[in-house]
Amino acid sequence: MIFLEKNIADPLLNLAPLVILFPLLGLAINLLLGRRLGEKGAGVVASLASGSSFVISLLLTLSLQAHPQAFTLPLFQWISIGSLSVSWDMRVDTLSTTMMLVVSGVGTLIHVYAIGYMYNDVHHQGDVGRYRRFFVFFNLFIAAMMLLVSANNYLVLFVGWEGVGLCSYLLIGFWFEKGKDGIGNARAAQKAFVVNRIGDFGLLIALFMMFWWFGSLEFERVFNAARSLAPAQQGVLLAMTLFMLMGVAGKSAQLPLYVWLPDAMAGPTPVSALIHAATMVTAGVYLIARSQPLFALAPAAQGVICWVGALTALLAATIAVGQMDIKKVLAYSTISQLGFMVAAVGMGAITAGMFHLITHAFFKALLFLAAGSVIMGMEGANTVAHHHAGNPEEEIDPQDMRNMGGLQKRMPLTYGVYLVGALALAGIAPLAGFFSKDEILVSLWDYSLPIFLLLLLTSFLTAFYMGRQVLMVFAGKARSQAAQQASESPKVITIPLLILAVLSLLGGLINLPGVATLEKWLEHTVAMPEAGHFSPAIALSSTLLALLGLALAWVLYGYRSLAKLQQSDPLANYLGVIFHAVQNQWWIDSLYQRVFVIPYRYISHEVLAQWFDQETIDTMAHDLGRWNQWFARVLSYLQNGFVRTYGLVVLLGVVVMLAFLATR
Amino acid sequence: MMIDVGRMMLEILPEIGLLILIGVVLVLDLFWRKSRKKLGWVSFAGLLLIFVLTLVFVQPARLPQLTWGGMISLDMTGYIFRMIFIAGAALTVLYAIANDSLAGRGEFYLLLLTSTLGMCFMASAADLIMLFLAIETTTVPLFVLAGFLTRDQKSVESGIKYLLFAAMTSAVMLYGFTWLYGFSGTTQLYQIAERLKYGFVPQAAVVAAMMLVLVGFGFKISAVPFHFWAPDVYDGAPYPVAGFLSTASKAAGFAVLARALFVIFPLQTETWTLIVALLSTASMFVGNLLALAQKNIKRLLAYSSIAQAGYILIGVAADSPLGTSGVIYYLSAYLLTNLAAFGIVALVGRAVGSDEISAYAGLSRRSPALALAMLVVMLSLGGIPPFAGFIGKLLVFAAAIERGLIWLAILGVINTIVALFYYLTVLKVIYLYRSEEEDKPLAVSSAAGTALVICIVGIIALGVVIAPLYGWSTDAAATLLFLPR
Repeated sequence: MIFLEKNIADPLLNLAPLVILFPLLGLAINLLLGRRLGEKGAGVVASLASGSSFVISLLLTLSLQAHPQAFTLPLFQWISIGSLSVSWDMRVDTLSTTMMLVVSGVGTLIHVYAIGYMYNDVHHQGDVGRYRRFFVFFNLFIAAMMLLVSANNYLVLFVGWEGVGLCSYLLIGFWFEKGKDGIGNARAAQKAFVVNRIGDFGLLIALFMMFWWFGSLEFERVFNAARSLAPAQQGVLLAMTLFMLMGVAGKSAQLPLYVWLPDAMAGPTPVSALIHAATMVTAGVYLIARSQPLFALAPAAQGVICWVGALTALLAATIAVGQMDIKKVLAYSTISQLGFMVAAVGMGAITAGMFHLITHAFFKALLFLAAGSVIMGMEGANTVAHHHAGNPEEEIDPQDMRNMGGLQKRMPLTYGVYLVGALALAGIAPLAGFFSKDEILVSLWDYSLPIFLLLLLTSFLTAFYMGRQVLMVFAGKARSQAAQQASESPKVITIPLLILAVLSLLGGLINLPGVATLEKWLEHTVAMPEAGHFSPAIALSSTLLALLGLALAWVLYGYRSLAKLQQSDPLANYLGVIFHAVQNQWWIDSLYQRVFVIPYRYISHEVLAQWFDQETIDTMAHDLGRWNQWFARVLSYLQNGFVRTYGLVVLLGVVVMLAFLATR
Repeated sequence: MMIDVGRMMLEILPEIGLLILIGVVLVLDLFWRKSRKKLGWVSFAGLLLIFVLTLVFVQPARLPQLTWGGMISLDMTGYIFRMIFIAGAALTVLYAIANDSLAGRGEFYLLLLTSTLGMCFMASAADLIMLFLAIETTTVPLFVLAGFLTRDQKSVESGIKYLLFAAMTSAVMLYGFTWLYGFSGTTQLYQIAERLKYGFVPQAAVVAAMMLVLVGFGFKISAVPFHFWAPDVYDGAPYPVAGFLSTASKAAGFAVLARALFVIFPLQTETWTLIVALLSTASMFVGNLLALAQKNIKRLLAYSSIAQAGYILIGVAADSPLGTSGVIYYLSAYLLTNLAAFGIVALVGRAVGSDEISAYAGLSRRSPALALAMLVVMLSLGGIPPFAGFIGKLLVFAAAIERGLIWLAILGVINTIVALFYYLTVLKVIYLYRSEEEDKPLAVSSAAGTALVICIVGIIALGVVIAPLYGWSTDAAATLLFLPR
C-alpha cells in the first residue's frame, strides 16, 4: 500500500521538479552565456525553457489521467525548528497541473511573441542590452509561478508568491528610467511592490495563525486540523481566511488593493499579458481554490470574498468605460474579470472560477498581445513619420486610442484576432468567455441574487467597453499620421496571436455544459458542492445584455465614428459628471494619495527623518561623541610619558581598590 | 617509585624543543656571518616543527596531572596556551624577517625564543617559584627586545620604561607571593588554597595578598590602572616586538591570571570577580576613550589593546567554564588579529615613513590587498561577524550574562560601539581619502605576506568554523577547575 501511495506507480511523476528546473536552466544559460547567443538567441533559449516546462506539465497531466489522486514528491527537509517542520515537497494533482498547463502554455506563447516584440522595443527605447535581461526575468517568473502552484505547503507557496511579486516589480520597472518625469515607471513598480506588501502582510498573518493554531503549514494537515477546530473556534478560522483574503486582494488586484494593476501597465506589453493578466494575478484565485476546505468552514468569509469580487468587478468595469489608453482599458477589464473569478471561488464554485481563469488567460493574453501589436504598429509608423517630418511635436502617444482609428485595413490580422478576443471577453456564444462566465452566473444565481445582478450588469458593461475599444481602434478613419501608416506585425508576433485566438474560440470545450470535463478533472482534488446546472434563461439573458452593450457601443462609436483627434468622448455628452468621475477612476487613487500616501510621507519625512532622526538622534550621537572626546583629552593628561607618574597612579589604583574592598 | 624520564621529557617537549632551537640559532649565528637573514627562516621552521610535534605528541590526558615534582601541571589549558604562544612567536619571526633592521640580528630571534620559552612555562606552572621564574624568563628578554634598536632613542626609552614598570610590578607581585607562602607554608599552587582554607588565615590578609599578586598580572595584561607602559612601549618598540607584546605576552598574563585566581583563591571568588569586573570596566573605558583621541596608529592599537584586555577580563570575571573558554577563544582570535594589525602597520610605516593615521589615505588604491586585510583586521577587532573577534566577544558577553553580570555585558557592548568609531575611522581614511602617492604600489615581502595570509585566513576561519577551537577551549576551561592528580 505504501508503495502505491509513494506513487512510484508512474515514474513520469518524478519529472515534476523539471517544471521549475527548466526555466531556471534557461535563466542560468541566459545569465552566463546570453551575450554570446546573438541578438535573438536569449529569447529563443527562454522560450525553449518555458516550452520544455509545458511539455513536462503535459506529461504530468497525462500521467494523472491514469491515477488521478494527488501525490506529493518530497524533495528535502527545509526548516525544522522546535515543533515546526517544513519540508520542500512538490504537489502534483489535478488542480496544480491545470495551473501548470496554463502558466507554461500561455507563458510559452508569450515568450515567443516577446522574441519579436522585445526586439523592437529595445531598439525603439535605445538599450539593446536589456533584451537578455528581459528573458532572464521572464524565465525567473515562470520558475516562481511553477513553485507557487506546485507547493505542498503554504510556506513554499509563499516563496513562489513573493518570487512572482519580485518578477512583477522588476518587469513593471523594466524601463525604470522612462515614464513620467523619468521616474514614472519606477514609481509604478514601487507602487505595485508596496501595495502587494500590504496584501502579503495579511497572508503572512494567516500563515502565522496556521502555525499557531494548527502547528503545521502543510495543506492536508492544515485542512484536517481546521475541520476539527472549526466548531470550537469559528472566530479563528474567520480571521485566518479574511487575512488570507488580504493577500488575495493584493495579488489579484481586488478592492481595496487593486490600484497597483492599472499602473503596472508601465511594463512592456508581454509583461502585462503574462504577469498582469494571464497568470500572476490569478494566483489569488488559485490560493482560494487551493484553500477551499478552509473557506468552506468559514461561510461568513466566503460571503465577504464574494462581495469583494462582485464589487471589484463592477467598479473596474465602470472605470474601463472611460479610459483612453488601450492598455488601461484592458487592465481595468482584467481587474473586473478577476472579480468574477474571486466571486466564484469565494462562494465555493471552484470549477467555475478555475474555468474562467483558464479562458480568461487565453483571451486576455490574446487581447494584450494584440494591443501590443497595435502599439508596435503605431510606434513604428510614428518613428518613421517623425524621422521624415523632423518635427518633434509630431510625436504622439502610441497607446492613446484617440490617436488610432481605421487600423482595420492597416493591420487586418491583428484586427481579426482582437475581435475574437473582444467577443470572447464580452461573452458572446460560442466563444470561450461565454461558457465560463455563464457558469459563474449560474452558480451565483443559486447563491445570492444581489451579487448575481451586480455581475450581470458588469457583463453588460464589459461588452460595451470592449465594443467601444474595438471601434475606436480599428473602425472609422485614421485620426493620426501614425495610424495611417501603421503596418502589420511580423510572423513571430502574429503566430502566437493566431494560436491564442483559436484557444479563445474553442476554450469553452474544456468544460461544456453537461460534459463538464474540467469539473470532473478538478473533483479529484477539490471537494465541491453540487455545481449549478446550465440554465438557458440565464445564458440567454446574459448574451442579450452583451449584445445590447455591443450595440450601444456601435451607436455611440461606430455609427458616427470619431472624426477629430481630440474630440471629446461621445459618452461624456450623455453622462456628464459621471463620465468625468469614471475617467478619473472615481478619484480612488487620489483618495488613497490624500488619506494614506501624503500623511505617511509627512510622518516619515518631516517627523521621523527630520525631527526624530536628524535632530533628536543625531544630536544625541554628536553630543555623545563630543563628551567622549572631552573625556579622552582629560584622561590623556595622565599619560604624560614619565614613569614616576605612572608608578604613582598604580599605587593609587591599588590603594583605591583596597579602600573600596575595605569599606564595602 | 620509578620515574619515567622519557615520559617526563615528552611532557615538556615544546619547552625542550624551544631550548634546542635557541641553541641552534645561537650556534648558527656564530658561523653564518654572511647570511644571517636565514636565521629567521630557521627559527620559523623550528617553531613550525615544534608546533606540529606538540600538536601530535603532547595531547594531555583528560584530567590534569602534576609532573616534574609538582612544578608543572599538565592540562588542556597549558596545552592550548603553549600553542598560542608558539604560533604568535612564529608569526612574529616572519614579521621580523621582513624588517630590515631586525632580520640580520641573530640575537633578536634568540631573545624572542627565550621569551616564548618563559611563556610556555607560565602557562603550565603549578608552583609559585616556577611561576615567578617563568614570568621573569618571559619579561627580561622583552626589555631588550623593546629597546632593541639602540640607535633609536624612542626604542631605548621604550625598553627602559618597560624595565622600570616591570621591575616595580614584579616586586609587588613577589611580595604577594611571599605573603602566600607565609600563610600557607607551601609554594605549590594547588596546596595553597587548601592550606589557606584550613589554616584559619584572616580573609582580609588573603585578599591583600591577592591584590598584590594582581598588580603583577595586571601589568602583564596591561589592564587599567597598570596599563601606562603599553602606549609608550608600543610606540617606541620595533613593530614586531610591539605586536608580540600586545598578543603573546598578554595571553601569557591571562593564562597565569586565570590559573592563579581559580586555583589559589577559590574561596574569595566573590571578591575577585568584583575586582576583575572593575578592572575590566576601567580598562574598557580608559582604553577606548583614549584610543578615540589618538592620531598615531601604533598608539591607537596600544589603547585598543588595553580595551581588548578589558573585554577579555569580562570572561574571567564570569568565573565559569563558558567565561574561561571565551577567554581562550578571544585570546586566539585577538592574537591573529593584532599580529596582522601590527604587520600591516609595519609595512605601511616603512613605505610611508609615518605612523600617523592620516598617512593611510589612499591605501586602498596603493595596495588593495593590504587595505582589505586592514578591513578584516579592524572589523574583527570591532567584533563584527564573520570574523574571529565577533565570536570572542559573543562568548565573553554570553558568559557575563549567564552569570548575572548583565551590567558588565551592557558596558562591554557600549564600549564595543565606542571602539567601532575609531576602528572605522581608520578604514574611512584608508578607503575614502585620497593621497598624491596613491599610484605607487606598496611592496610586501614574502615573509610578511605569508604571515598576513595566515592571520587573515585564521581570522576568517575562527569566525566561521567555531566548533573545533570552541571544543578545545571548553575542555581547557573544564580542566582548569579540576584538582590535578
